[in-house]
Amino acid sequence: MPLAAELSGVSFGYRPGQRVLEEVDLVLGEGEFVAVAGPNGGGKTTLVRILLGLERPSGGRASLYGEAAHHFSRRRTLGYLAQRSELGGDAPTTVREVVSAGRLASGLFGPMRRRDRELVAEAIERVGLATQADVPVRTLSGGMQQRAFIAKALAGGPSLLVLDEPTTGVDAESQESLAALLDQLHSDLGVTIVYVSHEFGAVERFVQRIVLVRRTIVFDGAPAELPGVWHDPSHVHVRD
Amino acid sequence: MFETEFMRLALGAGAVVGVLAPAVGFFLVQRRQSLTGDGIGHVAFAGVAAGILLDVAPVLTALVFAVVGGIAIELLRSRGGAAGDQALALVFYTGIALGVVLVSSAGALNVDLFQYLFGSILTVTRSDLALIAALGAVGLGVVAVFYRALAGVVIDEEGARVAGVPIGALNILVAALAAVTVALSMRVVGILLVAALMVLPVSAASRIAWSMRSTLVLSMAIGLASALVGLTISYYADLPPGGTIVLVAAGMFGGCSIAGALRGR
Repeated sequence: MPLAAELSGVSFGYRPGQRVLEEVDLVLGEGEFVAVAGPNGGGKTTLVRILLGLERPSGGRASLYGEAAHHFSRRRTLGYLAQRSELGGDAPTTVREVVSAGRLASGLFGPMRRRDRELVAEAIERVGLATQADVPVRTLSGGMQQRAFIAKALAGGPSLLVLDEPTTGVDAESQESLAALLDQLHSDLGVTIVYVSHEFGAVERFVQRIVLVRRTIVFDGAPAELPGVWHDPSHVHVRD
Repeated sequence: MFETEFMRLALGAGAVVGVLAPAVGFFLVQRRQSLTGDGIGHVAFAGVAAGILLDVAPVLTALVFAVVGGIAIELLRSRGGAAGDQALALVFYTGIALGVVLVSSAGALNVDLFQYLFGSILTVTRSDLALIAALGAVGLGVVAVFYRALAGVVIDEEGARVAGVPIGALNILVAALAAVTVALSMRVVGILLVAALMVLPVSAASRIAWSMRSTLVLSMAIGLASALVGLTISYYADLPPGGTIVLVAAGMFGGCSIAGALRGR
């Protein structure tokens, strides 16, 4: 299977002497749907930031589609939903405006082209927000707001979609429907999905692999192989 | 009012600044950098002082100082490790202190200086208006061309960074635009009130708008109305134009807040 991303012997600290990640080895194949889980503060977000080239590892190597992650040349193929994604600014911003921001990498200047507008409408339709397209995002529920941000990430036509804690502040029912939506997107588009969360929640049923992170990777395998005690990722301990 | 040339020129300058200031301020307010315009204004004061000392047109030296100060604020904020408000404070106080020292050295603590501090729109000449109109048109043109990119960064800066959008260059662009706006607005409302026209119309518009684009358009309309209504009131009531324009903008903010609250019921 061709590789989407690879971390090899990655270590990282935000200041000298600090070890947020240590000797992390991780391989993501193209088209995989992977959950990265672990306790809060365990290094999940740092791991994906290195994976996306937003941070450079202090040791080891991070690559995307065979290129060094921090020098990756095809950035417009990456879709990212940051942790606690919320709208910047105070201006009322509609779902369509949020999703349009996902087409930014296709051109920074002038008005959007017809094709861009079509792709934006398609992404909105895909996440089930067609009737709310011109409604300000802040007036929607937490689950619907996350759908809008997922549509934004999809509008760029990503080959790799990374979602960091997408269910924070979202009720259980919306978590279920969000997980089902991601499964649908994975089946329909064949996009590689990395779902980061401190809990598996509803997504456990859909992912092909679960990766548990607590400073290093303590489990990497199919959900069915996960030891029972680790179903609550806050119980994950570092291997001695 | 329209028979006098000085009022026609003042209304022209007020109209340009009334539209440009909120158009640029929109992106500062949305990124919670409302006080950046004020910081740049303080640096522009040092520029005015340098112009007086060197006997060069103060508007030009203010423009140069403002652009350098605006870019410095942005670089300090994004790369220097200093927290955003500390970077702003550093530039604020350095600018005003430098201005005081330079003005004192030039022996120019007088009425000439006051026209830059509080505005002097009624002394705008035809060549001033031509310069304000030309730079204003360039500023609005840049906002129109880069609207998509600037709005995208406001909506989700981290997502845009991952997608390879040149965030640093766009931030510098906003800082430079803000600096040009401050230098142009100096003659209209003065350095001390310059940021008000960049912030108040945007805050007012966001209370009644229904989308990001409508917020931008409404804020430009409110800025334009504030400038024209403020100048008219100041002409008939014999009030200082700069302060009156800003008070009208503040009144519009109050009106829009009430309208927004009533609509939300």
